Amino acid sequence: MNSFDSARRDFLQLLGGTAGAAWLTAQWPAVLSAAQHAHDAAKGKQPTTFEVLTPDQARELDAITACIIPATETPGAREAGVVFFIDRALKTFASEDLPVYQQGLIDVQKLTAQSFPDVPRFSSANAAQQQKILSDLFAKSEAEKAAARYDTTVNSKNFIETLRSHAIFGFLVDPEGGGNRDFVGWKSIGRDPAHSFSPPFGFYDKDYPGWQSVPGETEKK
Amino acid sequence: MSQATVTYKPSDEVDFVIIGSGAAGGVLAKELSTNGFRVVVLEQGAYLTEKDFTHDETKIFSQSLLTNKFNVHPITFRKTPQDTAKKQRCVLYGSCVGGSSVHFTANFWRLHEIDFKEHSKVGDIPGATFADWPITYADLEPYYTKVEWEIGVSGLAGASPFDPPRSKPYPMPPLPVKGGGVIFERATRKLGYHPFPAPMAILSQPRPGRSACTNCGFCLGFGCEVGAKSSTLSTVIRMAEKTGRCEIRPNCYVHRIETDKNGRAIGAVYFDAQRNTYLQKAKAVILSANGAETPRLLLLSASNQFPAGLANSSGYVGKNLMPNSAAIAFGIFDEPINDYKGFAVSRIMHDFYELDPKLGIYGGGGLDARFDFTPVTLALNGLPPGTPKWGADFKKTLAHNFTRTLEIFCHGTSLPVETNSFSLDPNVKDDWGLPALRMTFRDHPNDLKMMEWMKDRAMEILDAAGASTKWHAPIQEQQFTAHLLGTCRMGNDPKASVINTDHRTHDVKNLFLCDGSSLVTSGRGQPTMTIQALAYRASDRITALAKRGEISA
Repeated sequence: MNSFDSARRDFLQLLGGTAGAAWLTAQWPAVLSAAQHAHDAAKGKQPTTFEVLTPDQARELDAITACIIPATETPGAREAGVVFFIDRALKTFASEDLPVYQQGLIDVQKLTAQSFPDVPRFSSANAAQQQKILSDLFAKSEAEKAAARYDTTVNSKNFIETLRSHAIFGFLVDPEGGGNRDFVGWKSIGRDPAHSFSPPFGFYDKDYPGWQSVPGETEKK
Repeated sequence: MSQATVTYKPSDEVDFVIIGSGAAGGVLAKELSTNGFRVVVLEQGAYLTEKDFTHDETKIFSQSLLTNKFNVHPITFRKTPQDTAKKQRCVLYGSCVGGSSVHFTANFWRLHEIDFKEHSKVGDIPGATFADWPITYADLEPYYTKVEWEIGVSGLAGASPFDPPRSKPYPMPPLPVKGGGVIFERATRKLGYHPFPAPMAILSQPRPGRSACTNCGFCLGFGCEVGAKSSTLSTVIRMAEKTGRCEIRPNCYVHRIETDKNGRAIGAVYFDAQRNTYLQKAKAVILSANGAETPRLLLLSASNQFPAGLANSSGYVGKNLMPNSAAIAFGIFDEPINDYKGFAVSRIMHDFYELDPKLGIYGGGGLDARFDFTPVTLALNGLPPGTPKWGADFKKTLAHNFTRTLEIFCHGTSLPVETNSFSLDPNVKDDWGLPALRMTFRDHPNDLKMMEWMKDRAMEILDAAGASTKWHAPIQEQQFTAHLLGTCRMGNDPKASVINTDHRTHDVKNLFLCDGSSLVTSGRGQPTMTIQALAYRASDRITALAKRGEISA
């Protein structure tokens, strides 16, 4: 049983615990469909090929996003399939960002060549070199944002900020949205993949004795 | 998909055409169709239901599945009437059957008695068009109760010493407390305050066809897939359709209210999904399109007879926008709170609802303990200042904070200011070639002062609670809102208001407005309950007028 099946099972148990039998009989199919829908969607979206990105672009984006959200003691962007999420995004809701990506990758290549003439591309740089290139990119982005604050004619989208935002989506989105493969993003931040929960939820409410009014408190103020 | 058992042709003159199916429009549709009238509801957005709802944040946040589409309905913003407005996503509202009640947080506070008569108590405030309501809390109380019982509101009567009188307890107990609620309750009690279980328009017990809340955690911004959130979609709209007299017609962009030579409304002109134009004829028209689109529609309906816009002889259409003031403080705690589970808010306090006049600040507000982030939005917007934006330290902070963050949200009054408004942009057009919505807004200085004060209290609460890290969002002039209040205010004086106490416009006898635009003051930050109570009351008033033959006469 995978984690989503387990989440779905918990969801059903919770419903069983809170609902009367007659109500359940009447509503069961409709209520079930929500969990089933998400379950099917998550299972169905695990692409292994790219529709928009070229292999070179995909390799470089994979390397950059793996620096933005690295694998540490927990998985990172690469393990969550972020580059596949980005490919899907550029085909669908973020298609207008494709030129930003295309130009951005060219700029990264230029910056890599300037900084480390012996390194052919970002993905073949070592970890320290990649850190330096990304630091420079983010610093440049901050400087541009500061300048744009006073120049309302600047309207272009910033590549590294766009990529960061998409990397975060791809790492943490509900898998229904095509990222966060096998819930690795959620697991790395402590988000239980279950589809529903029952109290107590955490440390602070586990010993809550229930609502108690303070004597005299309900007198009209 | 609609459960409709009736459809009308645009050429059928129905009794009422209602523009908008949100918090107010849904209630009016149910009440008027139940009372025997033939009703068409024209909704700008799609007809989605529980099975269409999703936790996919790309659909919700990147593609505006449930909300206004900025790419085809652009909006512009400026601070003062002297500025030229620029395109900006400054307004968020629901654009689907159920309107904003589908995606909202579901905080469900009643106004208090003071909100209706504060001007009399406080007097004029420089720079504000401050006024009393022409109705009182007592007039609205039966309707607040009706809302709670009919749509399903969870809460605990008598738990707050500041609550206004009520004729009945809540129909169901409060939702379970969350970890953040426990932290808030203990800290505020330590400081001598009076926290209480938050009243929420979310079911704590199942109702026919609707599950109790399953605590999935995708609440603010999302539609509820089990029908636990008491949106008009999951409640009154279903009842309206069951009458067999109400048609909910989605994907209809109403852009004009047509009038005849006698100055009476004859129906609503709309584009359908294929951009064909129709006139839905009706004996009376009700605008519940929200506090931004209702005034815009009146202004778009200008004619030789009504050169300043329909129902705008006062010049008040679109003016006195009140978005509610807001301040947010954050705390990080040592152990996992896991507030990502469940709805947003479980504990609130109203000790500052009416501030001590000695402070020299008008108004007041309420505080709630909440967590309204998803994993994505916390990573993008919820980390402390100075957190690295990428790399191992970014990930480490995110992993530590996601389960340990508590947000204290301070909600407060906004003063009405005449120049704060919605109007038609003279330069920017929407995708249909019509003038875009333009927002002009600058907070009244009092409201910023109040939020500074409120933010300091929130930071003290986080100290008392033992937060290991705390910070707050900067208090600054607002440039974004989802609370669209006051822009066609109710009043007895036709020179200083747009509608009367029956929600009838002073100028057009068979034109009624009921939504956030009707409010005279802003309350303390949670307007939906009041908008719905007004809609139930308006339904009674309009029904009485119709039955006396005073609408079509």
